Amino acid sequence: MKNKIEISDLQVHYRDTSALNKVSFDVHENEILGIIGPAQSGKTTLLKVINRTLEFVPEASMDGTVKLDGVDISTMGDIYGLRRRIGMVLPLPVGLPLSIYDNVAFAPRAAGLRSKSQLDELVERCLQQAALWDEVKDRLSTLGTKLSGGQQQRLTIARALSHQPEVLCLDEFSIAIDPVTTMRIEEVLKTLQKEMTILLVTNLVQQAKRLATRTAFFLNGDLIEIDSTDVIFSDTPAQQATYDYINGTFG
Amino acid sequence: MFTETPIDRRKQLTERVVRIFLLVVTSVMIIPLLLIIGYLLYKAIPVLSFEFLFSNPRDNMRAGGIWAPFLGTIYLVVVSLLVSAPIGVFAAVYLNEYARESWFTRVTNLAVVNLAGVPSIVHALFGVGAFVLFAGLGESILAASLTLAIMTLPVIIASTTEALKAVPMSFREACWNLGATRWQTIRRIVIPNSISGILTGVILQVSRAAGETAPIMFTGAVFYKTIAEGNLFAYNITEQCMALSLHLFTISTQVPDVTEGTPHGTAIVLVGSVLLVNAAAIVLRVYLRTRKKW
Repeated sequence: MKNKIEISDLQVHYRDTSALNKVSFDVHENEILGIIGPAQSGKTTLLKVINRTLEFVPEASMDGTVKLDGVDISTMGDIYGLRRRIGMVLPLPVGLPLSIYDNVAFAPRAAGLRSKSQLDELVERCLQQAALWDEVKDRLSTLGTKLSGGQQQRLTIARALSHQPEVLCLDEFSIAIDPVTTMRIEEVLKTLQKEMTILLVTNLVQQAKRLATRTAFFLNGDLIEIDSTDVIFSDTPAQQATYDYINGTFG
Repeated sequence: MFTETPIDRRKQLTERVVRIFLLVVTSVMIIPLLLIIGYLLYKAIPVLSFEFLFSNPRDNMRAGGIWAPFLGTIYLVVVSLLVSAPIGVFAAVYLNEYARESWFTRVTNLAVVNLAGVPSIVHALFGVGAFVLFAGLGESILAASLTLAIMTLPVIIASTTEALKAVPMSFREACWNLGATRWQTIRRIVIPNSISGILTGVILQVSRAAGETAPIMFTGAVFYKTIAEGNLFAYNITEQCMALSLHLFTISTQVPDVTEGTPHGTAIVLVGSVLLVNAAAIVLRVYLRTRKKW
């Protein structure tokens, strides 16, 4: 199994508080890695490290290495190119104040794509992948911010796919959308897994159980356990804390 | 069943009292403005005409129109904003979008706040030293405009910063996650969604630049000068000019036997022009607001 991302001894501090302590693990190519754990366990920080947007947080400092396809990301000169290799979907949907079309075409245009026909094709494909095309195909020029919450979240997924990422990071994508839409997006993720590696940060442990190939359990910035989802959700995971968290008897 | 208690009645009474009090306070603010404009118009009506606007003062400024000071004020305002608007907006973009918290940004922000509170006569003295004497511009439209620009700059920086801050941070983060550079984010998302606030802040400085007398008195405005009537390019920016604010001061206090209504006419042109520009700012704001996208 090829490693897509290799993380070793990753440490992140926000001023005096530690967000991640000496975390090391690998993400396999074309897997869905479920990342579970309570609030403040470092899950979101981990995603920010991977696409180097942690650099926008002035009080953050990090140690350790993160390799993407064997290359240390801190040595990459083109951070914008790196960010395009990683799709990012945040907890709350953010439709940019642009038309639906321009929302999806934003990243390709920022990367220099100008051809109208290529953009058209890309926008349609991404919206279809995000299960939104049928609902918006007749009104691509209306504002993305006018869509409903669930539609906006699918729009952000389409946007994250628009720069054809190799890794798709989803940070609690379903907290702002209804269960039916969540199920539709989960189906989409299963399909996308064939083309890319997916990191799924979720507070819904059942979502990780449904989707993830392997699951990692974080607690207070420590990686408690990472194993195949079957093991993590069995009656005998390696750590008692994992069992307690998943079965709701935590603390 | 619901019955009114004494507490409910007292709340309703308080509510009515507060509403009336606020209405009275608001009226107190508006009445002087209406009185000033009404009085000026009443006094100025006899002299107001196109002739008044487009002819130079005559008979040692006792009669005639206000063309030279009117055009002078336009020159001063336009040149000063041509300097302060771009510098102010770009500086605010840097401070808000690029700069990290450091001693440099702290000092700059402190300077902005303090400069905004400096009295205009101090700006005038700075203008004399820096532009008239040190830079060798002499007393000229350029020197006076630069002095006005220094005066308006901090307020433009402050208002632009406010406008930029009003754009949600989540928009920027979404763009960065998509691999956009800071500049791409600013140009495509931040500026288009803050432009109404930025322009309003800039345009409101027109009234300040037009109304100030102190900063231009020693740097480029003169008591009396005749220029070609009706020619918009009658001034050269290396020369001195007349200005409405200074002209009003002169004919109100220094010149005896001024034609009845001339000072009022001058004042109404000054106030009217400022109100016109402010009204344009409001229209522009409303227009850009309707295009606001979230």
